[in-house]
Amino acid sequence: MNPYKRSPFIKVATVLVYFFLYAPIIGLIVFAFNSSRTNVFFGGFITQWGPLQMEGSTVVQSPCGPFHWFCDLTQNRDVMSATKNTLTIALISTITSTVIGTMAALALQRYNFRLKSFSQLSLYIPIVIPEIVMGIGILVLFSQVFSFLNSSFGLVGDGRLTMGMPTVVVSHIAFSIPFVTLVVQARLQGFDKSFEEAAMDLGANELVTFWRVTFPMILPGVLSGALLAFTLSLDDFVITFFTTGPGSTTLPIYVYGLLRRIITPQVNALSTIWVLVVVTIVFLLQRFQSQET
Amino acid sequence: MLKRLRENKSSQGTLLITPTLVFMVGLLIIPLFLTLIISFGKRSADGNVIYTFGLHNYARIVGISTDCAGGQSICFDPLYAQILWRSLTLAFNSTVLVILLAYPLAYFIARSHPKRRNTFLFMVLVPLWTNFVIRVYAWMMLLRTQGVINSVVGWLAGLVGIQFVPFEMLYTPGAVLVGMVYEFLPFMILPIFTSLEKIENSLFEAAADLGANPIRTFLRVTLPLSMPGVVAGTILVFIPVMGTFIVSDLLGGKQVILVGNLIQRQFLDARDPTFGSAASLILMAMTLVVTFFYTRKFGFGEEIVTA
Repeated sequence: MNPYKRSPFIKVATVLVYFFLYAPIIGLIVFAFNSSRTNVFFGGFITQWGPLQMEGSTVVQSPCGPFHWFCDLTQNRDVMSATKNTLTIALISTITSTVIGTMAALALQRYNFRLKSFSQLSLYIPIVIPEIVMGIGILVLFSQVFSFLNSSFGLVGDGRLTMGMPTVVVSHIAFSIPFVTLVVQARLQGFDKSFEEAAMDLGANELVTFWRVTFPMILPGVLSGALLAFTLSLDDFVITFFTTGPGSTTLPIYVYGLLRRIITPQVNALSTIWVLVVVTIVFLLQRFQSQET
Repeated sequence: MLKRLRENKSSQGTLLITPTLVFMVGLLIIPLFLTLIISFGKRSADGNVIYTFGLHNYARIVGISTDCAGGQSICFDPLYAQILWRSLTLAFNSTVLVILLAYPLAYFIARSHPKRRNTFLFMVLVPLWTNFVIRVYAWMMLLRTQGVINSVVGWLAGLVGIQFVPFEMLYTPGAVLVGMVYEFLPFMILPIFTSLEKIENSLFEAAADLGANPIRTFLRVTLPLSMPGVVAGTILVFIPVMGTFIVSDLLGGKQVILVGNLIQRQFLDARDPTFGSAASLILMAMTLVVTFFYTRKFGFGEEIVTA
């Protein structure tokens, strides 16, 4: 009996579901090369370099040819600053949550201490409650604490404490920690403690054992945890939406704001770049995970 | 000091877990308690919170209103109860549709040659990790009256010479349903795949040897053994659908108000944070109750972590 035999029904259904998954993404990419500036309909691909005839009599200079909207994107200061914010937040929160989450995974897997089951339980909470509930909670916390501090210290004008980069970063660290911990914990569960014991028997102290034995073995888990944290931060809309302030607009927040007003093929160019970045990250993630097994 | 630390396993563990506990307590548990306290309060004229104790916000959600048209002091206004019910039924319908779409695909991947399995999984992960907002935008472009779907159908109708009136698809409940199914489909595919992949091939051979036809084998062997994946996937889909507000905001317009939109508006337009807090906690309670009874009935799969 052939274990890989699948009925025609399954095959047809699979093709249809993959089509459902990819048709919107392909549409998004095609419209990034749209020669119509309003993006309501597809005006054909941009084919020439130099002066470009938009609808009506508008002539636009397009030194980038078919990639007109991609070049246009780099001229957009809001997009550039949102990109910078998004990457800054993702980088800081990834590094911090990876370190903290790995420490927690080691603690939960290798040590006994008070509050152990409480700690493990608290890590599951962000998974079983809707994201908006956590976002609202953090918003309530910061707004109440800030208004209390502002009024008790008489802070006014620019001196007032408001939402901004720090609140977003701290919140991103908070929702990333559980995911890093669970990934590293899964890695630690599958690995043999006797290597560490052997190192200790041979006279290595705990610190040397950790850096020379334990860490190299859990490194693939730590890296895939880090990549997961990076993508979660990059992708986050809900928590950021409730903790952001002036000057800390991220790309998802910026795109959401745009969609409620006007849309140009610029958004599609941005989405196309985004899809390419995602493809790269997912590819790397799969490489790390296949190394694990 | 350091030496004592090294000998004391318990304090080492405590040291390692402390930063995590600081974040989990400070940004998860304390905020939830604060939300609870505020939900009993009242809104002041300038949009701030007055700390009192009353259940008025909860009464308002279930439909007991003090803001009545006919001059009565108390009346029934089902507006918010309707929103809760709409969110619940939408989450239910989306989850069922997602299971129906995800299962065949997960089955296909699990039964594909190991060499190609990673490629098929890769093709599921790319839409999953493409930004949520961007994917909603893609559907706005498809569903618009002058959008891609209407253009393609119109062009096909033109070929065969049929008069075509464009469909009004955007800003309808159907658009919200399609958007939710699209956004959360990968969350169901992955856990179902994980549990299907674990099933030993010999079980299928045994079923076939004992004379079971493929349908019977599926119903008696494959389906029961893949239930942990379906349960995990249901949790991963149902909970976020209940709380999401972007999909209904961008694809439903003013037509489809869900509990997520209700909560967001109370905070965004500084209408009434105390009422928003109460709604947020009701949402949490609803998802926890549904998850609890569902997992009690079907068991809690470890697939939720591996996804």
